[in-house]
Amino acid sequence: MKQAIIRTKGLSKEYVMGAEIIYALRGIDVEIERNEYVALMGPSGSGKSTFMNLIGCLDTPTAGEYWLNGTAVARLNDDQLAAIRNREIGFVFQTFNLLPRATALHNVELPLIYGGTGARERRERAEHVLERVGLADRMTHRPSELSGGQKQRVAVARALVNDPAILLADEPTGNLDSRTGAEIMALFDELHDSGQTILLVTHEHDVALHANRRITLLDGLIESDETQAAQVAV
Amino acid sequence: MSLRDAIRLAFAQIRAQKLKSFFSVIGVVIGVMFLIAVVTIVEGMNRYMEEDFARSLFGLNTLTVSRQPSMMMNPSDEQWREWRRRPRLRTEDAEAIREQLTVPARVAIESSSTSRARSVRGEEVSGVWLSAASPEIFRIREWDVAEGRLFGPLEAEAGLPVVVLGSETAETLFGSLNPLGRTVRIRDVSFEVIGVLESQGTLFTMSLDNRAIAPASSPMGRMTNPRGVVDNILVKADDPTALELAKMEVEAIMRVRNRLRPDQPNNFELETQDQSMAFWATMSRILFIAFPALVGIALVVGGMVIMNIMLMSVVERTQEIGMRKSVGARRRDVLLQILVESGTLSFVGASIGIGLGLGLAKLVEAVSPMPAAVGYHWLALAAGMGIVVGVLAGLYPASRASRLDPVVALRAE
Repeated sequence: MKQAIIRTKGLSKEYVMGAEIIYALRGIDVEIERNEYVALMGPSGSGKSTFMNLIGCLDTPTAGEYWLNGTAVARLNDDQLAAIRNREIGFVFQTFNLLPRATALHNVELPLIYGGTGARERRERAEHVLERVGLADRMTHRPSELSGGQKQRVAVARALVNDPAILLADEPTGNLDSRTGAEIMALFDELHDSGQTILLVTHEHDVALHANRRITLLDGLIESDETQAAQVAV
Repeated sequence: MSLRDAIRLAFAQIRAQKLKSFFSVIGVVIGVMFLIAVVTIVEGMNRYMEEDFARSLFGLNTLTVSRQPSMMMNPSDEQWREWRRRPRLRTEDAEAIREQLTVPARVAIESSSTSRARSVRGEEVSGVWLSAASPEIFRIREWDVAEGRLFGPLEAEAGLPVVVLGSETAETLFGSLNPLGRTVRIRDVSFEVIGVLESQGTLFTMSLDNRAIAPASSPMGRMTNPRGVVDNILVKADDPTALELAKMEVEAIMRVRNRLRPDQPNNFELETQDQSMAFWATMSRILFIAFPALVGIALVVGGMVIMNIMLMSVVERTQEIGMRKSVGARRRDVLLQILVESGTLSFVGASIGIGLGLGLAKLVEAVSPMPAAVGYHWLALAAGMGIVVGVLAGLYPASRASRLDPVVALRAE
């Protein structure tokens, strides 16, 4: 049976910029089910960053509803949103966003620290997830001692450590060369195969081809939403 | 995030930026350093005054009757004239006190002067503190002989020219020779040395061992005061708790002897160790009021420096704070992190200040006669102040950081 991880209804966001009101999102209705692998595309200014921030609970909509894993999150306060981000969402950023002076292990432990997990369990889970992304031998390395691809793997491990409902990746290959980018995409494919729900923001068509559903935004509205099998062999 | 995690994080941050951290807490370091140094020296002086100074000058549990106070702070001319008009103390006053006092006590008279002393060999020592006193003086002052003996009541009554020397005087005059039985010439009078006192050490830089004590009725009496006149009458109650009672009785006896009407003030001084301590207490109170004010200014400035550094640090770490929020840090987690960081920073600064302050006090102790001592509560207070200053200084930067919008923060460069 299919189960919706993400469901939005009339999701809208307006910004006031000076005297002007900018309609970044103008009513998005979308449903993403468990273990879907969705690529979110669109030119800049299409609203995909805004949509990503709302889905990631970093921001709240000005109108509309949003259910994440069964919880209505559109009207939650800051601390409640922080708790949802901690438990349900794993972010992977284009610029990795690791703590530069902390070890890979500590970087991965971070969400568990904010979630209140005890030190021993924290360590075990961080080690486990680092092994899973293929960094068993890099746990005590600092970001400056890691390659770009390894940094992004640490970031993926950090996103996964709390076993989130959805992995949100914002241009995860944007700062990587094509070969390393392909390695990271292979890691995403693997995670998808093992049951992870993934939402990937990208403007690169061949990256989007890894997903089995592609949503394209234009001017704050869904322009197209097509489902088809992934077209890239791993 | 637990407090422990926050503290560990704060230390990591401080270690990562050692130099910057040091400069940001330099105000706190200096403030705490001076606080500890001053407190250490004042407390050392306090202890010294209580344990050594008052004891060697007045004796423990001893009441001293005299014509004018032994210590004073800037007396006016009028005050001086009043002291000059007072009658001098006489031997008869001491006898009256000895007879009329109901509290069991020892009473002694003492007159002092300074002079040169010479041995027959021709060795000379100057600035000898001469005391013409009754034999009870030794028990009252708790002086004992290292060699020889003290003079007794019979020698005192007869006014024999015998003398007990301070250890330094004996050493200077006779060197390695045994001084007992030898002759000392003081103001052209020969005295026979019968004893040498145990060393009393020094008071500041002044030696307490350059002295000569002879019976009040011996020729020494005439060297220190006109016949029948004495400088001090010393009263030591056998029971220390009876000292106040003895003081009241002595006051009454002296007022009757001086024929004072009830409305007239005393025309003599009654001093105990407590009074001499009061003089010092006034001085240390001034220090204790003036210095916290200076330290306070240093800490406020130090706190402002920390606040600015923390504000800079928050701006520099905007993206990091955005990331922390994105993985689930709540406002209070960020608030706690910055507060703990600034509190820890300031605490480390205060600890360095404590170390430097103690070092400074030891240095002062080494190069001057002022002793150093410090109560642990002062160290705890200084460390606590460090934390408080840091936390207060961190409030504004921490609240700024905690209110950052994660979307904006993540986009920051």
